[in-house]
Amino acid sequence: MPAVSKGDGMRGLAVFISDIRNCKSKEAEIKRINKELANIRSKFKGDKALDGYSKKKYVCKLLFIFLLGHDIDFGHMEAVNLLSSNKYTEKQIGYLFISVLVNSNSELIRLINNAIKNDLSSRNPTFMCLALHCIANVGSREMAEAFAGEIPRILVAGDTMDSVKQSAALCLLRLYKASPDLVLMGEWTSRVVHLLNDQHMGVVTAAISLITCLSSKNPDEFKTCVSLAVSRLSRIVSSASTDLQDYTYYFVPAPWLSCKLLRLLQCYPPPEDGAVKGRLVECLETILNKAQEPPKSKKVQHSNAKNAILFEAISLIIHYDSEPNLLVRACNQLGQFLQHRETNLRYLALESMCTLASSEFSHEAVKTHIETVINALKTERDVSVRQRAADLLYAMCDRSNAKQIVAEMLSYLETADYSIREEMVLKVAILAEKYAVDYSWYVDTILNLIRIAGDYVSEEVWYRVIQIVINRDDVQGYAAKTVFEALQAPACHENMVKVGGYILGEFGNLIAGDPRSSPLVQFNLLHSKFHLCSVPTRALLLSAYIKFINLFPETKATIQEVLRSDSQIRNSDVELQQRAVEYLKLSSIASTDVLATVLEEMPPFPERESSILAKLKKKKGPGAVSVELEDGKERGELNGGGDRGGDAAIAASNASTPSPSADLLGLRSTAPVSGTTPSAGSLLVDVFSEAGPSATSAGVNDDGFLSSAPPTVASEDPAPPLPESDELLNKFVCKNNGVLFENQLLQIGIKSEYRQNLGRMYLFYGNKTSVQFVSFNTTVSCPGELQSQLNVQTKTVEPLVEGGAQVQQVINIECLTDFIDAPLLNIKFRYGGALQNISLKLPVTINKFFQPTEMAAADFFQRWKQLSQPQQEAQKIFKASHGMDTEVLKAKLLGLGTALLENVDPNPENYVCAGVIQTKAQQVGCLLRLEPNAQAQMYRLTLRSSKDTVSQRVCDLLAEQF
Amino acid sequence: MRFMLLFSRQGKLRLQKWYTATAERDKKKMVRELMQVVLARKPKMSSFLEWRDLKIVYKRYASLYFCCAVEEQDNELITLEVIHRFVELLDKYFGSVCELDIIFNFEKAYFILDEFLIGGEIQDTSKKSVLKAIEQADLLSPYHTC
Repeated sequence: MPAVSKGDGMRGLAVFISDIRNCKSKEAEIKRINKELANIRSKFKGDKALDGYSKKKYVCKLLFIFLLGHDIDFGHMEAVNLLSSNKYTEKQIGYLFISVLVNSNSELIRLINNAIKNDLSSRNPTFMCLALHCIANVGSREMAEAFAGEIPRILVAGDTMDSVKQSAALCLLRLYKASPDLVLMGEWTSRVVHLLNDQHMGVVTAAISLITCLSSKNPDEFKTCVSLAVSRLSRIVSSASTDLQDYTYYFVPAPWLSCKLLRLLQCYPPPEDGAVKGRLVECLETILNKAQEPPKSKKVQHSNAKNAILFEAISLIIHYDSEPNLLVRACNQLGQFLQHRETNLRYLALESMCTLASSEFSHEAVKTHIETVINALKTERDVSVRQRAADLLYAMCDRSNAKQIVAEMLSYLETADYSIREEMVLKVAILAEKYAVDYSWYVDTILNLIRIAGDYVSEEVWYRVIQIVINRDDVQGYAAKTVFEALQAPACHENMVKVGGYILGEFGNLIAGDPRSSPLVQFNLLHSKFHLCSVPTRALLLSAYIKFINLFPETKATIQEVLRSDSQIRNSDVELQQRAVEYLKLSSIASTDVLATVLEEMPPFPERESSILAKLKKKKGPGAVSVELEDGKERGELNGGGDRGGDAAIAASNASTPSPSADLLGLRSTAPVSGTTPSAGSLLVDVFSEAGPSATSAGVNDDGFLSSAPPTVASEDPAPPLPESDELLNKFVCKNNGVLFENQLLQIGIKSEYRQNLGRMYLFYGNKTSVQFVSFNTTVSCPGELQSQLNVQTKTVEPLVEGGAQVQQVINIECLTDFIDAPLLNIKFRYGGALQNISLKLPVTINKFFQPTEMAAADFFQRWKQLSQPQQEAQKIFKASHGMDTEVLKAKLLGLGTALLENVDPNPENYVCAGVIQTKAQQVGCLLRLEPNAQAQMYRLTLRSSKDTVSQRVCDLLAEQF
Repeated sequence: MRFMLLFSRQGKLRLQKWYTATAERDKKKMVRELMQVVLARKPKMSSFLEWRDLKIVYKRYASLYFCCAVEEQDNELITLEVIHRFVELLDKYFGSVCELDIIFNFEKAYFILDEFLIGGEIQDTSKKSVLKAIEQADLLSPYHTC
């Protein structure tokens, strides 16, 4: 036992600690502790009143036991008693016990608060400080309620001792952080700001933490602190290393205060006052200059303190992001640190450069260090430094260096630490997509990613590559070829099988001409992986097989044989069995036409932000670790139960949801797939056969149908339009026929024709169930202004729609003058007693009344110039949401109703169109120019017409189409 | 600062100070996890690492690791010097402090820390001011030996 026991050593405590240390086993320790607990308990319960010293000793022992990790359920009262002792050390132990072990025992809190109150008003500075420390240590709401009013008074009172002021400032900060609503701003706030001028450096150091926190929450109320902070900083920066005596740390004047001042300034924009700003820039320059001076000491403390200020100054420079000169100097300074022998400095330089990379002024300067950073990624021995290097590469990546950076990251992945692989994979996937100029590079990159780090490729990543391949027809053949080659590897990752199965199922035909990848070879290759895969992948492969039957009739017999085998058709997994049975039946009874419709190629996905980004954000965000764990568990269970999230895209192509991507990228939110029973669905298929894949409702996965409740709206009033009704409307801008709407019960098809300012629309209401709809009623209304712009007449429909039947309604439309809104269609009926109430927008848009106008180039440009007033033109620049295929674009422009004028625009990539909108009141001539930029995947669309509202509306409508 | 931990190379926790309300269960879990991470690191590695949503700044002094968890916007280097100043304070108070001093006088270590940091923020950086407060307290108390 050491003799060291400073101050008021408690011998009994030392003996006890010594005993515990001598225990040979955990059991012995517990035994010794239990013995001690029994002893203390008996002392506390004993008749003899304990003196203060004994009480202190036992409370301290209890505290020790608690800190060892054992529960303590008594002694609180004795600790509270110590609070009111007059002996400082007894009070101190009491407060320490309370600080460590307080719980929300209300009775106890009242007693504690009482003791604190007494100490706060004792005017004994050491007691006051103890009480303040305790409040700050506990920081509970009850304490805030009791003392949030009192502490500001202590803080700004003229006669408060400096040490108490320091404690009060930080105590208040803790309460404000825990319960901001209880700390009320008031007259004290302005006086707190002036503590920045206090003579006592300790007071300034403590107060500035409080001021920084308050300023970040209420910048306006505290903005006077900016000039005060600048002048304080300036005084410190220009002082000699010995001026500040005890506040100089290893020859650096007041490093903590300097850092805090620089941090406070980061709550505000650059000072507006020229003089203040000038002074601040001077400070920042001085700090940067000092970094170049020879060190005043060899001790690491000296350089740490000095560089702490430097990094904080650089943070401020980055925060202002307005002084190119300082930004570039900061970048150069960090560049020096990148090769410093101190690991800490390399780490911080990499970290700090990440933020510099996002500033336009310093992005290029950061990029010059690319080789050093790549080298760091390869050679740093510390994983956390390598992680920073990877972050920086990600941040400095742009179009000019993307290929190099992605290649380096990929090669690093081969040997990367397990802890950072998943994040690296996400980053590579994001960069590859963001900077893909040619998509074959993108496909190569992602497939490499799966090959190198398949286990870390999350679902988001492989969903995304499929989405992109589906949407870009220029890469589909290449993707099929590459994935076919990748699958040749004897051991390939299951994620590769998923991507392979999906892509060959969709686009295997593009490589089937080559005998080395003939349909049967493709099938055999896929099927050779089948038995090694998990259930969700097998399910996906089965869907790929049925797609093969459609793509390559010659494989039908072989595949049917596979489906028919016991291992499929009697598989113990219900999902696999169901697929095998249904696919087998579908392939044997459906005609080739039906099969072709059901298994049609996936339609393009609507463009959306990559969910990989969201995943990366989440991963980097708070509590990422625990969230990931829970997710993993949840996903695991889903998979076990026949997850349909993984291959929802295939399910969706069989079903009839208008937006198949909802499942694909919505990930775990597997929306109910609205399939229909073949008997009801097949009635409808033929009618809308021209409507494309969205009408193919011969559901294969119909299990979502019975379980999911139909949407019910109890009110008799017309429901508000469905949220997706605008989207539905947009689908019909360039086409006249198709499926307008579909849910589990009802399908609505449209055929329409327009001549001059007149239109006729046929609506087909199909009952998808086997139960009749009663009180079937539809109304069309023109809300607001539209009433005077459109004349719409409808014929009523029969109130009864039999199960599986379809009724037709005719609508006549007359366009009186130009308009913006669309008429509303409301459908009400009862299904099994429940009222269904659906409102949609009827796809009547102004462009339907276009008459195409052919004209020569000279005429076009003459008219174009005539329509040169600003309000006659509407323009939009937007990102391509679909492939930029020429034929598709042309079809859409023709669908708009205008004439597509060839050989008019000098640039053959551009499209120009002309048409006249026919309304009863007037005719509005309209010229259009669409300029695609394939490299940037952007369009510029310009509309000119004699009427500003028309230009704008047509422009808005059309911009949604590409 | 969110919390500060002192632990030995053998993974024995010697001091823990939490500056935000944390449930005992979570504390134990975090301590265990973090000790594992830090103890696995090699000498020449950086003193900083990302852990959960926090930045960890640690430094080893003889057999003891001093480990602080700070927030995203906090300055790593100055935190490293917070640790150093705390070690200096302990050293000055105990006179060449060693792990045993902190084990047997754990309450003193807590008192010194409280005089130096409140709610995770620096109260005073002057060694003199901090130690004055502690020594004053020692003077106030009589010496007991029983």
